[in-house]
Amino acid sequence: MSMLKPALSLPSDQIPGKQSDQPQVTQPATRRGREGSPWTGLWAVVTKDMADHLTSTRMRILEILIVLTAAGTVYAAMQTLRTTVSEDPFLFLKLFTTARDPLPAFVSFLSFLVPLIAIALTFDAVNGEFNQRTLSRVLAQPIYRDALLMGKFLASFFTLTLVLTAIWLLIIGLGILGLGLPPNGEEVVRAFTFLIATIFYGGIWLALALVFSTVFRQPATAALASIAVWLFFIIFWGIVADVVAQVIRPITIGMPQELLAQAELAQTLARFSPNTLYVEAMMGLLHPAVRSFGFVLPSELQGAMLGAPLPLDQSLLLIWPQITGLIAGTLLLFALCYTLFQRQEIRA
Amino acid sequence: MDNKWVIETQDLTKRYGNFTAVDSLNLTLNKGEVFGLLGPNGAGKTTTILMLLGLTERTSGRVQVLGFDPARQPLQVKARVGYLPDQIGFYDDLTARENLSYIAKLNGIPRVEARQRIDSLLARVGLSDVVNKVVGAFSRGMRQRLGVAEVLLKEPQVIIMDEPTLGLDPEAARQFLAMIREMKHEGITIMLSSHLLHQVQAVCDRVGLFQKGRMVLEGPVSELAQKVLGGGYQLHLEVNGQPAPIERALLNLTDVTDVTHAGNRFTVKARRDLRADAARAAIQAGGNLLALDVDAPSLDEIYTQYFQEVEHVHA
Ligand SMILES: Nc1ncnc2c1ncn2[C@@H]1O[C@H](COP(=O)(O)OP(=O)(O)OP(=O)(O)O)[C@@H](O)[C@H]1O
Ligand SMILES: [Mg+2]
Repeated sequence: MSMLKPALSLPSDQIPGKQSDQPQVTQPATRRGREGSPWTGLWAVVTKDMADHLTSTRMRILEILIVLTAAGTVYAAMQTLRTTVSEDPFLFLKLFTTARDPLPAFVSFLSFLVPLIAIALTFDAVNGEFNQRTLSRVLAQPIYRDALLMGKFLASFFTLTLVLTAIWLLIIGLGILGLGLPPNGEEVVRAFTFLIATIFYGGIWLALALVFSTVFRQPATAALASIAVWLFFIIFWGIVADVVAQVIRPITIGMPQELLAQAELAQTLARFSPNTLYVEAMMGLLHPAVRSFGFVLPSELQGAMLGAPLPLDQSLLLIWPQITGLIAGTLLLFALCYTLFQRQEIRA
Repeated sequence: MDNKWVIETQDLTKRYGNFTAVDSLNLTLNKGEVFGLLGPNGAGKTTTILMLLGLTERTSGRVQVLGFDPARQPLQVKARVGYLPDQIGFYDDLTARENLSYIAKLNGIPRVEARQRIDSLLARVGLSDVVNKVVGAFSRGMRQRLGVAEVLLKEPQVIIMDEPTLGLDPEAARQFLAMIREMKHEGITIMLSSHLLHQVQAVCDRVGLFQKGRMVLEGPVSELAQKVLGGGYQLHLEVNGQPAPIERALLNLTDVTDVTHAGNRFTVKARRDLRADAARAAIQAGGNLLALDVDAPSLDEIYTQYFQEVEHVHA
């Protein structure tokens, strides 16, 4: 038996709801019977970890990167916007979405940069404590593991929120200076909801890297695994969704219903990728003219002038599932991480 | 719930799959006692310690630490028990003070109070000069001392240390043992595991010898010596005179098991401390007693002898 046998070797009496197979257990130590708040010490962990994040070189580099990206793309967007008609009622939103050769729009950068920042924040959260041999010392203090893990997650989440909000304010500020007019109320609401969506899009990758940092003892392995998942969703998931849809809903006689069924299945599958959810939320929020992500049937188009912007509440309704999807994904991954961490041997 | 014992275990057992790491352990510690856990690698010492702290779930049995159950009331236990792990690590990019401040916050110690305690503790362990240095630049001994300061920070009633003198130089180890005696003096109950038997013997009131998950011997060193060595005292005498009658006289004493001599130096093995009887016997046999000394039984001998016997039985 290996001395270094890692995680997940606790007896079955720790798995909630599963009966222990050892009859002589006098006090089955279930977590339900614990005393004291699981959140004792949470804020101590959050403040320490946030301070670590904000002073780390790793974050400095990423902050510089994202500030340069924001400044560059917004400047380029403004150049473009100045040359076109300024009749557009949503000029401010165009700051985020206008691309100008050779630069893509800021939002396209964001869908790359946010996962990168999120992964960089948590890929060594748990295994880093293991490797520094601080975990047993910290857990010997009067706190539960819950507080440590939650604290680490919240510290990363708040750091991400801080960085993204700062960028968001920077863009708004640049816009007011460059375009010479403040955003209208609807633009602020749309842009703010977009910020929320971006934060939870990051939340998913934070939680994913946290899971890997619990599973893998080596931070490098955890980082690579997180990046592999990210690349998989960015590059391959769309292809996988199409292929699976073709297999499950083959087109045999070429009926329009068949075509539609296949395309709808492919789209549903694609939505399992956080990238798809994020891009759809972004489209719905920043392009008010977007009225649907599916296939618009001619009947649905009647009465709706193509190209006319959707009212704010309609847009919010449209992207509501996407935002809840992002939040649910974050929570699910965190719950997974929580279960894994609770059952882990803390001995190094 | 009786609070007579500071630590009490009943049939405490830990299994990893089919492997039993700790097997039906019954152990009690009195207030103010220093208890040593001994035993070969993999005997279950660390596992026992982790169960006492609620850091590992037991498979079966009962544990009470200061009247609390570590599995159900871990916060109560951990607020009162200091733990120095075998491989002690700090946040390398934080200073000594910052590392301790974090621990103080986790213990809910108010800021001002924490600052005072940290200053006085760092002075006490001799780290006043490096309070604001990052721990990454600390030597092994400095980390160990910082570990002691951290353990004392919460003003514990019990301290549990896993191989605390591992890697310390002799002087540092001596200082460390002095510190343990000081803590005992303050009424703190201490449990420590170690492979350095003479150090254990120097500070521990009682020791427990672990083997393959069971505590096979337990008691004060002198009692164990009686059990394992049948005594184990060695007297050294320097006597001028006829060696043969002196040797005979010494051998005739009760509780003497063996006498050897080289010139005028005699070595007597005995079950008890026989200094007075040996001196009388040597003088009555016509010798001039020049020097007399006794070696108390050493834990080293007990340990070696015990495991040799066990191997013998198994062979
Ligand atoms: N997570 C684990 N899974 C399986 N077996 C384990 C695990 N942790 C420890 N063990 C086994 O339990 C036994 C007791 O280990 P423990 O660490 O308590 O020994 P120890 O007495 O502290 O030894 P040492 O003197 O080397 O520190 C060992 O045989 C070890 O291999
Ligand atoms: Mg050990």
